[in-house]
Amino acid sequence: MAGNREFLNRRLHSLLGVIPVGVFLIQHLVVNHFATRGEEAFNSASHFMESLPFRYFLEIFIIFLPLLYHAIYGLYIAFTAKNNTSRFGFFRNWMFLVQRVTGVITLIFIVWHVWETRIAAMFGAEVNYDMMADILSSPFMLAFYIVGVLSAIFHFANGLWSFMVSWGITVSPRSQLISTYVTLVIFIALSIVGIRAIFAFV
Amino acid sequence: MSEAAVKSKTVLFQITRQDGPDSDSYVEEFELDYRPNMNVISALMEIRRNPVNTKGEHTTPITWDMNCLEEVCGACSMVINGKPRQSCTALIDQLEQPIRLAPMKTFPVVRDLQVDRSRMFDSLKKVKAWIPIDGTYDLGPGPRMPEKKRQWAYELSKCMTCGVCLEACPNVNSKSDFIGPAPLSQVRLFNSHPTGEMNKADRLEEIMGDGGLANCGNSQNCVQSCPKGIPLTTSIAALNRDTTLQSFKNFFGSDRV
Repeated sequence: MAGNREFLNRRLHSLLGVIPVGVFLIQHLVVNHFATRGEEAFNSASHFMESLPFRYFLEIFIIFLPLLYHAIYGLYIAFTAKNNTSRFGFFRNWMFLVQRVTGVITLIFIVWHVWETRIAAMFGAEVNYDMMADILSSPFMLAFYIVGVLSAIFHFANGLWSFMVSWGITVSPRSQLISTYVTLVIFIALSIVGIRAIFAFV
Repeated sequence: MSEAAVKSKTVLFQITRQDGPDSDSYVEEFELDYRPNMNVISALMEIRRNPVNTKGEHTTPITWDMNCLEEVCGACSMVINGKPRQSCTALIDQLEQPIRLAPMKTFPVVRDLQVDRSRMFDSLKKVKAWIPIDGTYDLGPGPRMPEKKRQWAYELSKCMTCGVCLEACPNVNSKSDFIGPAPLSQVRLFNSHPTGEMNKADRLEEIMGDGGLANCGNSQNCVQSCPKGIPLTTSIAALNRDTTLQSFKNFFGSDRV
């Protein structure tokens, strides 16, 4: 097994990006969307998530550890590439570059977002509608959140495409083309959910 | 085009040169009289006959690699106007001027446009890109190959180890030890052969090692750049499926070959 550590690392990186991190992303965006139904709906939804049993276990094993692994190994992957879109301007090569760029943006965004919400909660701040409305009242933070959320969604949707190639689910060119369109629809649909939720706080 | 216009026409070359493996590279310009049906190799031969650059200085002839002159051997690959391709099939009439020639820097440069593609041949040895048929007695005829399979396998067999796919791949570089698309596709070729299939697991194990298949980042530049139109990304995705199954077999144990 030691001989193919890199193979296992890469496959694990690909898998964790979808399960559980991608699934968590969808769940998070859906819960955020309660904000479009008003302050009370959002607060009760976030209170429900907060009061789930085994909360720390769920947070550590479904969110933090997989995310940390995916982020650190992903940075290593991103910085071992030598991007060449200026010489080879093919669609997939651009997606390859944008996947790496959005990955880094998403990491910066998530670090800030976790610091501002989850870590702040550890120090006694209350994470609720008012907190988000307060953060997003600054135009700079609003722009930062929009860019961060769109990056995360793009990275997930395009990552889903390469997950299906990397695990050998989509092999033929036609299946890969169809999955390009499917993941594009996923990107657009989740973007609508994410952006609507952000503007519900403004 | 009139006779006079053809006569006065010239072709300008900007060639990235390098005197030795460790020397710095520099660009030298050459201007040639246009002749009909020139290709990059005939132009390089013309420069070799009279190695004088545009400044009028007498210089050393340009070094490059070539062999078959019909896009079958892969030896004359170089970067022509930013794209890696074979210089034998690069027709001057179809190229934008000035024509920029540079070595494929993914490989160690020997001199000028000549590179050392040894790593590709080493990779073919590493992945066992052959079919073992030798025995101490006559093994008889092997199993037959279905015609349909032979047809697509033939496409994979067109690989001439030219190195264009490695040059195009963003994950083949000095920071990574990725084996590159060409040898991976050969694993699929030899694993699809009815006799070669008997050593399928050996080849899969090899590309599951460091620098192997998993380093592919799906930029798909290889399939867009391959001069032989080999479905490299289909090979890679098929191998992804095969190695997924192989890793399960390795982990859980299996009596299947």
